[in-house]
Amino acid sequence: MSSDYLLEIEDLHTSIYTDDGVLRAVNGVNLRIPKGTIVGLVGESGCGKSMTARSIMRLLRHPARIDSGRILFGGKDLTTLTDKEMREISGRDISMIFQEPMTSLNPVLKVGFQVEETLRVHGLAASKEEAKRKVIEMFERVGIPEAEKRYSAYPHELSGGLRQRVMIAMAMILKPKLLIADEPTTALDVTIEAQILRLMRDLCKESGMSVLIITHNLGVVAEICEYVYVMYAGYIVEHAPIFDLFDYPRHPYTKGLMASIPRIGGNPEYLYTIPGVVPNLLHLPEGCPFSLRCSAAEEECRKTLPELVRTDEDHFSRCVKACGEQSLEGRAYGAGRE
Amino acid sequence: MKSVMKRLIGMIPVFIGVMLLIFVLLRVVPGDPVQVLLGEHYSQDTIDRLTKAMNLDKPVFEQFLLYLSGVFHGDLGMSYVMKKPVTSLIMEALPQTVILALMASTFAWFVGIGSGIIAAIKQNKAPDHIFMGFSLAGISVPVFMSALFLQYVFSFKLKLLPLSSDGSLKSLILPAIALGWNSAGSVARLTRSNLVDALQADYIDTAKAKGLTNRAVIFGHALRNSMLPVITLMAIQLSSMMSGAVVTESIFAIPGVGRLATNAIQTRDMPLLQGTVLLTTVMVIFGSLLADILYSVIDPRIRREA
Amino acid sequence: MEKTKKSTDHHNPGSSGAAAAAAADRKSADLSCEIKSYVGIRKKIRRMCRENPLAAVSAAVIVVMILMAVFAPLIAPYQEAEQDLMARLQGPSAAHIFGTDELGRDVFTRILYGARVSLMVGIIPSAITLVIGIFFGLLAGFHGGWVDYVIMRFVDVMLSFPTLLLCMVMMYVLGRYADSVLCIILSLSLINWAGTARVVRAQTLSLKETEYVEAARSIGVKRIRIMLRHILPNCIPSLIVLYTLSVPSSILSESTLSFLGIGVQPPAASWGLMVNQSKQFLFTMPWLALAPSLSIMLVVLAFNFLGDGLRDALDPYLESR
Repeated sequence: MSSDYLLEIEDLHTSIYTDDGVLRAVNGVNLRIPKGTIVGLVGESGCGKSMTARSIMRLLRHPARIDSGRILFGGKDLTTLTDKEMREISGRDISMIFQEPMTSLNPVLKVGFQVEETLRVHGLAASKEEAKRKVIEMFERVGIPEAEKRYSAYPHELSGGLRQRVMIAMAMILKPKLLIADEPTTALDVTIEAQILRLMRDLCKESGMSVLIITHNLGVVAEICEYVYVMYAGYIVEHAPIFDLFDYPRHPYTKGLMASIPRIGGNPEYLYTIPGVVPNLLHLPEGCPFSLRCSAAEEECRKTLPELVRTDEDHFSRCVKACGEQSLEGRAYGAGRE
Repeated sequence: MKSVMKRLIGMIPVFIGVMLLIFVLLRVVPGDPVQVLLGEHYSQDTIDRLTKAMNLDKPVFEQFLLYLSGVFHGDLGMSYVMKKPVTSLIMEALPQTVILALMASTFAWFVGIGSGIIAAIKQNKAPDHIFMGFSLAGISVPVFMSALFLQYVFSFKLKLLPLSSDGSLKSLILPAIALGWNSAGSVARLTRSNLVDALQADYIDTAKAKGLTNRAVIFGHALRNSMLPVITLMAIQLSSMMSGAVVTESIFAIPGVGRLATNAIQTRDMPLLQGTVLLTTVMVIFGSLLADILYSVIDPRIRREA
Repeated sequence: MEKTKKSTDHHNPGSSGAAAAAAADRKSADLSCEIKSYVGIRKKIRRMCRENPLAAVSAAVIVVMILMAVFAPLIAPYQEAEQDLMARLQGPSAAHIFGTDELGRDVFTRILYGARVSLMVGIIPSAITLVIGIFFGLLAGFHGGWVDYVIMRFVDVMLSFPTLLLCMVMMYVLGRYADSVLCIILSLSLINWAGTARVVRAQTLSLKETEYVEAARSIGVKRIRIMLRHILPNCIPSLIVLYTLSVPSSILSESTLSFLGIGVQPPAASWGLMVNQSKQFLFTMPWLALAPSLSIMLVVLAFNFLGDGLRDALDPYLESR
């Protein structure tokens, strides 16, 4: 492949056709995942990040659907594949981990069977014994103790952390090129979260796969991502390499997010919050979607939607004020981190 | 196994309650059973002898105990009218009813679950509305109506199947459909609603993300989860099926237990009525036990808890 | 919190004057509580009528049926059992729009009178059933312990019987004491309460754990008051649904009993009985059976549609049948 990118999303539009109107969940998202890197997609709940992931995996449910755009994976446009072609890719080349490990595993089937199923669907289990052996091997790799015994356990018999490890084993067993993790640690304790993130990073580095992590938690991003996309109201508002983003956030929304991270030693009385609420996606404001909450917004911001502009080598921001003196302020916000 | 034992022990009070209720109910019936038995011509002496023979002179509580011990020895008394042991009458009739109920259940399972699945997959589309309309009509039609309708269409108009039972399996097809119709309706409705719920579950996304075909997702993942309440329903349905058997057996002239019950009512044959009600009730109780066992086989969460 | 405070006031054993004031206060509190839940349900029902036209139409059909049954003597062109032996087994005509039966009785008239029986047998036992079911369900759920055990085993016993067979036994037992329609009403009332009791008990058990009930208990509110004031109103949506769905099953039981010749006795009119009497003419004059059959179906379907609609609107988590 000529491209260095494993996955390229071009101008993706996904909408939910509700009874009350069309909800534009994803608005012209461009997102690229280089080979072998961990990319984060950050935003508040309801900003369209999960819809983006589901669009890639074709897991959108009625009444949501992709309106336009291309999702190129290894040169193939996933949106135009037949169901059969897509099935061959999902699980083998792209796999996905979900937020809630309790409900994402089928409660009435043994976890070993559920992992093994991935092998069998793709015709990669020569024999029953071999399949089982592979599953147990995978369980050991993701750090499930007593892997042999766990093979025939049911989901309700495992802890949340173990269940998420099972999910990872299921997603990783065919060594996919891309792993999409939708809020993989949100339902877990903080200590377990760190373990799971470390595991994902190690596995990624070992196998050279790319990961797209979807989260609302900047801590998770800081922990393992190399490149970050920030999403707001269905738009990508900023994307940059991790250190760049944390040190010099350009978009006021990103700055707000950074500022609202509680810090040890900081005064909890003065924890920063972004004023206002996420706009209703049914009635997006004209112009910049963040203009309603942005303290620096001007007349112009409320009229026209700014383009994503390049502010640095690999840093883009959807703000008219992205270049210029604002970056200094960004430095001030970023200070104290890293 | 432990849980099954527990269930079995839990059934004992219910079982005794059932017998007590039947006993008490039929004890308050006016009209001395001796009179029913003897007809019009009798002497005081005969009455006394018979009363003694039937233990009717003993205290009510003792009578109940005697009845209980009789039941446990398989002795349900003598039919007043047919002058035969109730147990043997019921045993003769039972196979017909069991075959009928099995055929009806099979029909209800296949048609009910099948149309429930189709309706759930085609949710809110034409097949869904059609099947659900039919199933609501199914549960709104009394058994005697569907039986007469089937008789009219398939026996009288099309001359495909016999009008009444001659003991052959073929002659039981129409009665089985008439009897299973109701259950098929409720099974279809429950299957649909549960499958629709199950298809919304997170693990369905997981299964799809693995690259499973729609068929594998539905049959391998969703259906198994949605079948649990349907199994319970089938056990409950067994009770209404026994009620329905009374009607179908009477319309199609099937010499089964339901027919015995109707005859017993019409001829005021108390022991026979007692026996048939007791037998059908016991069948219902064991049906629900069976459902519980099946349930725990399918759902690992319950198995481990017990 | 507020609720707790109020209740404390009520149950402060003060002077008689304070008690009277508390009583008045309690009364107004009762009223406000009632109105609140009533409006909620009414609103939901109104929404159901808008979004579920089938349920609304069913409700209209039921109302029309009830009116027809009530005013049967005024609407009916003939007397209930009026025989015209010269006009036996006639097809539909201007004089007899549904034809006549084997004794020359007008089928339309008999359908109207049959509606009286069916609706009465549907509506009355379901109401009695509800009262018995609520009583036992609340008692079992709230008291717990051995009372719960005994009541629930009794419920198990009742639910083990095939309804129709138990009905037959009841008819056998009661048959000599009362009129057949009364017998059916009594039998159905004494049999069908078990299901209601089970639902009410389950809801009581879960409501018992809610904070406001615990709060009320902790300050010593009387049990009966907690049951009637705090628990029962919360069961009302499910009870409305249960009631609506138990009416058609009672109607079906009556028509089946009458069809078997154990229910309503001639010359009274009942739809099930009419189907039974027309059975012998099924192959020669199928329309005789058609009118009562369709009547049964229409009423039962209407109640089922309405019940389904109400369940979706009021209590989506109630187990579906």
